[in-house]
Amino acid sequence: MASNVLVMGIGNVLWADEGFGVRCVEHLAQNWALPAEITLLDGGTQGLYLLPFLEQADTLIVFDAVDYGLAPGTLKIVEGDAVPRFMGAKKMSLHQTGFQDVIATAQLMGYCPPSLLLIGCQPEELEDYGGGLRLIVAAQIEPAVTVALDRLADMGITVVPGRTQSNLLADPSIMQDAYETGRPTEEEACRIGDDRFFQAVD
Amino acid sequence: MVVQTPNGFSLDDSGQRIVVDPVTRIEGHMRCEVNVDDEGIIRNAVSTGTMWRGLEVILKGRDPRDAWAFTERICGVCTGTHALTSVRAVEDALGITIPDNANSIRNIMQLNLQIHDHVVHFYHLHALDWVNPVNALRADPKATSELQQAVSPSHPLSSPGYFRDVQNRLKQFVESGQLGLFKNGYWDNPAYLLPPEADLMATTHYLEALDLQKEIVKVHTIFGGKNPHPNWLVGGVPCPINVHSTGAVGAINMERLNLVSSIIEKCIEFNKNVYLPDVVAIGGFYKNWLYGGGLSSQACLAYGDIPEHPNDFSPDQLHLPRGAIIGGDLSTVHDVDPRDPEQIQEYVDHSWYEYGEAGKGLHPWDGVTEAKFELGPNLKGTRTNIEQIDEGAKYSWIKAPRWKGHAMEVGPLARYVVGYAKGHEEISDQVNGLLRTMDLPVEALFSTLGRTAARALESEYCGRLQKYFFDKLVTNIKNGDESTANVAKWDPSTWPKEAKGVGMTEAPRGALGHWIRIKDGRIENYQCVVPTTWNGSPRDSKGNIGAFEASLMNTKMERPEEPVEILRTLHSFDPCLACSTHVMSEDGDELTTVKVR
Repeated sequence: MASNVLVMGIGNVLWADEGFGVRCVEHLAQNWALPAEITLLDGGTQGLYLLPFLEQADTLIVFDAVDYGLAPGTLKIVEGDAVPRFMGAKKMSLHQTGFQDVIATAQLMGYCPPSLLLIGCQPEELEDYGGGLRLIVAAQIEPAVTVALDRLADMGITVVPGRTQSNLLADPSIMQDAYETGRPTEEEACRIGDDRFFQAVD
Repeated sequence: MVVQTPNGFSLDDSGQRIVVDPVTRIEGHMRCEVNVDDEGIIRNAVSTGTMWRGLEVILKGRDPRDAWAFTERICGVCTGTHALTSVRAVEDALGITIPDNANSIRNIMQLNLQIHDHVVHFYHLHALDWVNPVNALRADPKATSELQQAVSPSHPLSSPGYFRDVQNRLKQFVESGQLGLFKNGYWDNPAYLLPPEADLMATTHYLEALDLQKEIVKVHTIFGGKNPHPNWLVGGVPCPINVHSTGAVGAINMERLNLVSSIIEKCIEFNKNVYLPDVVAIGGFYKNWLYGGGLSSQACLAYGDIPEHPNDFSPDQLHLPRGAIIGGDLSTVHDVDPRDPEQIQEYVDHSWYEYGEAGKGLHPWDGVTEAKFELGPNLKGTRTNIEQIDEGAKYSWIKAPRWKGHAMEVGPLARYVVGYAKGHEEISDQVNGLLRTMDLPVEALFSTLGRTAARALESEYCGRLQKYFFDKLVTNIKNGDESTANVAKWDPSTWPKEAKGVGMTEAPRGALGHWIRIKDGRIENYQCVVPTTWNGSPRDSKGNIGAFEASLMNTKMERPEEPVEILRTLHSFDPCLACSTHVMSEDGDELTTVKVR
């Protein structure tokens, strides 16, 4: 078993359903004991900072909120060459947001993992700064994790229930429970904004 | 209509209106509108931050010791700087001092981030405004090799075979249809002036920089425990030191320190052999393109950073200079006091916020972040599809910070102008040396090119400082001091009932401040004034335009429908309007819309 697997969640936890990918790896760490050849990583929105992890991996499994134009909460699985095409439309910058660019860069440099699997979830709400996952998206964490576990099983990697210690996950203060339960009230913290990005003010 | 602004610009919105939305290759999301006259010269400029970033309000009620972890998530690149600013604000509020080793380690991390950001910015976000990678395919590898040896004789990667290999790799990449990183460029625009060989050399360094940046960040992994999202700690740094084999497992030992040392050397080499020579070589072809100075010749602000000693932020103890210049008077550098309620104030008359009183400025400790989204009567389009913004009314999610009422530029160029004016020895030597090499007068500094050059000089200076603090750290450890944190006031029961503090840093893109109020052990108010709030600020109640807007004024555009010049100048600030989502979509790539009206 020579395969190095990188299991990564990406997205910005501060933007509601955008945190889906990061919460998936959190869930994995809290419920499953992964063997040592698997690296579990909260990639945040770190762009080029993620290159060293891609370089070391033979297989990349990535969780993310993806706008497929489907019903909110729908999971969609994409593999191999199709992955970059599904990533990057609302690209707003190179090193913060364009994971498609990260993959393109890794390909240009010759260290893109040969095997790619994207486990995406259609978000319901993104434009809620400081907010957590919507219920319909949170409900997809377990099914998404199951897809990843199935893939690992196909590769001959057995994962048993338990916990995984990884120092590559979020600080406890912004883990899902602490983050979502510690949110200030709507009266304290304004939740509206630009029509193009937030729901209408009036 | 022609309007004179108090800060000396003549705005004329009668010509053709050009809208660029979004401005790409930046952090976050912004929109820019300009009016050009019959000759394609920009006569009015409007910069709009199009995303709400209400970090201040989501921190209310949280534990101040956790604030760094939230602020680290604001952005994909200034993570460490925000975290450092946050822990400094909390330490200031609670009167917590940090040990000497923590100061050295924080400085090394901050300088490391500075270099990483400058290199990545220049090669991966900004170079493509000057360098044409498609043109590089036409270069003669042998002539490129000769060019390389002429501009940087000590750079080892310079053989014709090396450039031929890179060119082939590039060709394959482009031919496979994944122009990828290089798409969305205006590659046949006459604004591009480099010969193919210079394009190939610079594109090759784009790749070398990608390899280097992977190495640079390992310093954060070592001292921050991990990267991305390194750990920080109120009271010091979270990494124990254990060079005498008496401390914790996983602590900093000699092996890790040696790795840090080797990375520091790589940074120094790259700056010397690649980054600076490239800026000189590329800049040499654009010496006549000295647009983009904006506010830099008249109003610059720097908080200063990289304290020599822990807990001492007095201006003469900071390696990156602090000060303010106003009215273009380089003979007087004013000191900056972030606590003085009369100095730094934010205005919202043209921002989508409300204070309840027109023309009012608020110091960040008393800052209010209350949204009020309304569009002016001269808006064209609809609320959800804005064709042309009305800059006479509210038009941006960015507030308008002012220093004693002045719109200011912040960032590497501002730091270098302040340092130069102060007679800061290293900075003055670097600036004078560069101007001599390029045979340019000091006025050339106040330009887009000057901003780009200041960043390169600063990267070089930060490389030397990084080595200085590394040596200081090692000496201190060898002398038996392994302390990295002061936890005497960790427990909230030791805190006063109410406290307020300010943390300041020089982020790669400019002066960054976090102001905090703590009450009963919790965050009562938290305000961040980030560099791009200064640079990207909209007009204020008196009509002063902000630094981005000022920098675009009077620039000649070759082809108004291809805004190379606008991007060139805006990118030179390394804008960071971060907060953006990055949800992906099925329908390929979102292209920047450029509309000419």
